[in-house]
Amino acid sequence: MAEPSERGPEFTLEVEGDKGKAVRLRISGHLSLDNLLPLRSELESALSRMIPADLTVDLAGLSYVDSAAALALLDLKDEAERQSIPCSFANASEKTRGVMGLIDPEAVSMAPLRPEAQPQDVFTQIGDETRLLWKDFCDLQSFLGDLLLALVFCFRHPGSVRWLDVLFYMKRAGADALPILSLMSIGTGAVIAFLSALQLKLVGATIYVAALIAIAVVQELGPMLTAILVSGRSSSAFAAEIGTMMVKEEVDALVAFGFDPLRFLAVPKLLATVVVLPLLTLYSMLFCIVGGFLVGVYLLDFTVYTYINETMKNIMLFDLGSSLVKSVVFAVVVASIGCQRGFQVRGGAEAVGTMTTSAVVTSLFLVVLVECIFAIVLHYVRPA
Amino acid sequence: MASEKALASQGKKPVIEVDRLTAGYGDNIVLEDVSLEVFLGEILVILGESGCGKSTLMKQMIGIYQPFAGQVLINGININTEDEMEQGRLRRHIGVAFQAGALFGSMTLGENVSLPLQEYTDLPEEEIDRIVRMKLGMVNLGGYENHLPEELSGGMQKRAGLARAMALDPRVLFFDEPSAGLDPVTAAELDILIKSINAGMGITMVVVTHELQSIFNIAHRVIMLDKEARGLIAEGDPRELQKHSEDPRVHNFFNRLPSRLKARKI
Repeated sequence: MAEPSERGPEFTLEVEGDKGKAVRLRISGHLSLDNLLPLRSELESALSRMIPADLTVDLAGLSYVDSAAALALLDLKDEAERQSIPCSFANASEKTRGVMGLIDPEAVSMAPLRPEAQPQDVFTQIGDETRLLWKDFCDLQSFLGDLLLALVFCFRHPGSVRWLDVLFYMKRAGADALPILSLMSIGTGAVIAFLSALQLKLVGATIYVAALIAIAVVQELGPMLTAILVSGRSSSAFAAEIGTMMVKEEVDALVAFGFDPLRFLAVPKLLATVVVLPLLTLYSMLFCIVGGFLVGVYLLDFTVYTYINETMKNIMLFDLGSSLVKSVVFAVVVASIGCQRGFQVRGGAEAVGTMTTSAVVTSLFLVVLVECIFAIVLHYVRPA
Repeated sequence: MASEKALASQGKKPVIEVDRLTAGYGDNIVLEDVSLEVFLGEILVILGESGCGKSTLMKQMIGIYQPFAGQVLINGININTEDEMEQGRLRRHIGVAFQAGALFGSMTLGENVSLPLQEYTDLPEEEIDRIVRMKLGMVNLGGYENHLPEELSGGMQKRAGLARAMALDPRVLFFDEPSAGLDPVTAAELDILIKSINAGMGITMVVVTHELQSIFNIAHRVIMLDKEARGLIAEGDPRELQKHSEDPRVHNFFNRLPSRLKARKI
């Protein structure tokens, strides 16, 4: 008995023999990934339908067999033998035998050397995250200690500082940030002027728009805005740069040469950021005030003199000084976190991405934390 | 083993045809007017000193870069064809084993190998898992499907890269420096693996290397490139070239002899 079974133009399966007796499966055509599922289904169906006493799979008509199809044929043999049905391949070409010979049936059925990672329960996750957070905190302290020692060394030996690198990073973190900082600052100043004018107009106190902007910008917004911008631009860039160097073993090369990677890589970035961030902060304050000024003069009908006079009256030297000190602290936070996250990179491209993100998120978090601490302290120490 | 003309005269079918290819980077021409053929089922080794354009030629064959002039045909289809459907079909039949494995670091070995299967086929997960285990078994990495690439040695990563390159049973397989950076035993094991896959599956292979031992182990035929010639300077059986080539560049390469100029500098 012959039961031809067409599965498209690619392969043909013919079943010869009677149910329960010796059966011959003739497979011809092209067996590949593209027709793997019909092949498997047809083979299984033939085996279960015929329940042969002896099975011969005739491969003479095969023009091509890929490894996935060869695996399906071997699986058929396994399944037949599992059902105590003797099974053999006949007329297999050298190529077909070659493909089958490459397949290691043990490897296919072998359990993974490591079980698949299972999702953890909530408590384990909380525990792990807490442990990692604590470890991260300790690593950060340790890094800051090392960085401080490197800085002390550099102050005692100024010649050891790579000043050209400092200038390079001052340009990258400072001068290159000016266009976007100008835009952000003018926009912020203008928006605050608009919003505050709407409210102050209700009580006839529009004149205080200039004062509000001056105080807000000099005490809080200028340093914060600048620190956020530098976190996004430079902290991430530091982390990505050092992280990539870690991946490419460039940091190992520095150590092998006897250089301290912190002095070589982190100190120039830190010094550059400490110099430029206060300058950027002053620049941001100025442009925020310009933004408010434009709205005040052109839309709220202030005179130029009134607006400038109101602004100058409300800028305290103490506030300006404390904001600059604050921006130095922000600079230390932003640059240190960027460098530390870079040095923490292990592995490949994904780790660089993860640590770059972490650098931005952590430095932003710490900037806000420092801002809160300064706000509380300054509240008590600000002269009446 | 035979030369290109001999293989062609034997009626062997060219799978890859490089036709008057000129290629390079920016204004720098690395290969000029290069033509060659790779025949069905053969292992062709591209060799030459560093900077001679071996990797450039391979990347042109894979279609990673556009040539300045000329074309590369695989099974008669231009590798840089603008017909996306045709290019997709063509790429499905090309596998590339990169120098350092180029495994995706965030994925396990199993996920790395299954990626092309998931993208190019509609097979169910269970079937893909079986094929992945089979492919890893072929490169002696059975059981490693849940390991991350960073947990493996360099040799294991190269083998895993090979398993991924073979995921779709390509008709043509390219290797970039397969034995570079490996110890002699691991390199020899990889050579055996390459040969057995070539013999078992009949895959046409193009291998870029300058490891002499590997060349003698695996090559059916070699072509040698030269930096100054910007193209081919020799072609044929490696042992024949080692013994009988009269070109000093070929002779020096196969016999590990520094050129006179370099020797004087030393």
